[in-house]
Amino acid sequence: MENDVGHAPQHPAPAKLLEVAGLVAEFRTRAGTVRAVDGINLTVMAGETLALVGESGCGKSATALSMMRLISPSVGHVGGSVRFEGTELMSLPPSAVRAIRGRRIAMIFQDPMTSLNPVLPIGLQLTETLKAHLGLRGAAARERARELLARVGIPDPARRLRDFPHQLSGGMRQRVMIAMSLSCNPRLILADEITTALDVTIQAVVLDLLKQLSRDAGTAILLITHDLGVVAGMADRVAVMYAGQIVETASTATLFARPAMPYTWGLLDSLPRMDEDSRRRLVPIPGMPPSLIAPPPGCRFAPRCTYRRDICTQSTPDLAPVPGAAAPHLVRCWASQDVAGGGWLIGHNRHAQPSAEQPEVVS
Amino acid sequence: MTVPLVAVEDLAVTFRLPGFGRMLHAVDGVSFAIRRGETLGLVGESGCGKSTLGRAVLQLVTPSRGRVLFDGQDITQLGTVRMRLVRRHMQMVFQDPYASLNPRMTIGQTLGESLIAHQLERHGARALRVSELLDAVGLPREAAERYPHEFSGGQRQRVGIARALAVRPDFIVADEPVSALDVSIQAQILNLIEDLQAQFGLTFLFIAHDLAVVRHISDRVAVMYLGKIVEIADRTAFFQRPRHPYSLALLSAVPVPDPATEARRSRIMLQGDVPSPMNPPSGCRFRTRCWKAGEVCTTVEPPLRELAPGHWAACHHPADVPGASVTAAPAAAPAH
Repeated sequence: MENDVGHAPQHPAPAKLLEVAGLVAEFRTRAGTVRAVDGINLTVMAGETLALVGESGCGKSATALSMMRLISPSVGHVGGSVRFEGTELMSLPPSAVRAIRGRRIAMIFQDPMTSLNPVLPIGLQLTETLKAHLGLRGAAARERARELLARVGIPDPARRLRDFPHQLSGGMRQRVMIAMSLSCNPRLILADEITTALDVTIQAVVLDLLKQLSRDAGTAILLITHDLGVVAGMADRVAVMYAGQIVETASTATLFARPAMPYTWGLLDSLPRMDEDSRRRLVPIPGMPPSLIAPPPGCRFAPRCTYRRDICTQSTPDLAPVPGAAAPHLVRCWASQDVAGGGWLIGHNRHAQPSAEQPEVVS
Repeated sequence: MTVPLVAVEDLAVTFRLPGFGRMLHAVDGVSFAIRRGETLGLVGESGCGKSTLGRAVLQLVTPSRGRVLFDGQDITQLGTVRMRLVRRHMQMVFQDPYASLNPRMTIGQTLGESLIAHQLERHGARALRVSELLDAVGLPREAAERYPHEFSGGQRQRVGIARALAVRPDFIVADEPVSALDVSIQAQILNLIEDLQAQFGLTFLFIAHDLAVVRHISDRVAVMYLGKIVEIADRTAFFQRPRHPYSLALLSAVPVPDPATEARRSRIMLQGDVPSPMNPPSGCRFRTRCWKAGEVCTTVEPPLRELAPGHWAACHHPADVPGASVTAAPAAAPAH
């Protein structure tokens, strides 16, 4: 097994909320088997926000779905271990997993319209959740539902309970989803691109709300997003995904200040910045992500990497500690690891040499 | 003073909705000009009318009021034949390159079609022009023989840009051209647009909701809210000293990929949602969400006024906080 993402003692400490080890998800398609999730290890500590960041198709949503046992065996094969509060989810019967989902782990997705039932008023959907998980009924359930809507800042909550999803704006619907996810005081919220469909002023309100509520209740968040700006404002730690694997993980401050993986550099340098006055030429990542049906040998980022050497295409790097890092900082890159034949980017300052280093070839 | 390439005067677009007398004023009296070779960034949130405005400028939707002057000529009054002659000089790039490409035509056919429609190149010269276009947007020449589904989103957007370039236009309306793309690909396309602009002297109306992209690509910025332009200014002036409260809120809401900045910032949290454009608020349209709104805002619609040379805002209580934009928090803003 490769190194665990995060600060990982060998025994489950009480602060470890979610531990994922060797998670694999494969989907059969007409073109072949797609390994969308390829050996993911990650840990979410109680109360922390871990961001899982990556571009479309990198497997971040598939990671979340397979972790929650939401991939039907007829569609795909899921393997590995997912321990939540010490319980192994992968071997639990479906009914027991369902009891955990919703009550202990809540999920919020990108499009609240598809998560809400369009023909039921939102009040009924809220009380249904409360009844299923907490056994609340009648007036008690309605009162709790009203409270929840008020907590997520929906004006006139008593009247809003009678509204149908289509009567609410996108931002309101996402607040209802947050209200619903909070209804059972979960320990973990899995938030998958929850603000991607929202306008930026509404996004700010929704994220602020999620942050405050989770902080108040000590709820951990696994935040899945493609937006590095959202990551910078929300997360305690970050895991960067590329082509089905985690390629770098560190505290948020470290990841933005001292990223160690050329892919992470590429993500940061290709972003136009709101806080930059000068008109800097963007540095795109050349090429495209690889097919997950037949991923390239060795490092999956190698074909697009300006810094690659022969070793990169010959053997696959592990997720290993960055040399000299004070806090846990793992990277899947030969060039940033202190290993035989590697390490040529240790201490490299990518901004010091504006022209990208020519790929050198060593035999 | 030279004539701007595009001048829009009091332009309005009204859609009739099902139901008696229900009208949606998508664009409601908008005026601006774009100089030759310039990129005007048009920002606003969903439903503010920015796409409709872009289409109205190209006469792809019929305005209910106002004029669009292209190179000094009013194109709202042109007949079909003369409009076709003008249309060759103005093109559009769409957000979703897949929906805007015919899946059953090869890339070569798609690019050739606009040449045929505008009777631009002789039959023999068309293939050569297609190769030229593919070179210009960084696609291999073999792409001409292939179909849209064989390409990734970024490559399809290159095709969309090549199609716009085919007729050698002067002016391109780009409607969210990079918002469907991942950041690494988005940077490729933004660089391409900049290169092509320098190479061919193009003028752009660049419509986007992403302020970071707009800051990167634009010479000037216009902000739209509920069918109106509320602020328009040079890029630097706009980002350093935004004047309209809505602009301030918009700028403060954009997350910045820097944890230190994020920790320091305080955001302006706007109350409530955008009102329906079918029934906009009286007076200033932003007043229902504005923390500065007073009596006058309810009754009098603020006109777009020039607060500094070239810096226009439509507000009774414009902000005056230099450097209010991103890294510092505006002092008067209610952050909660």
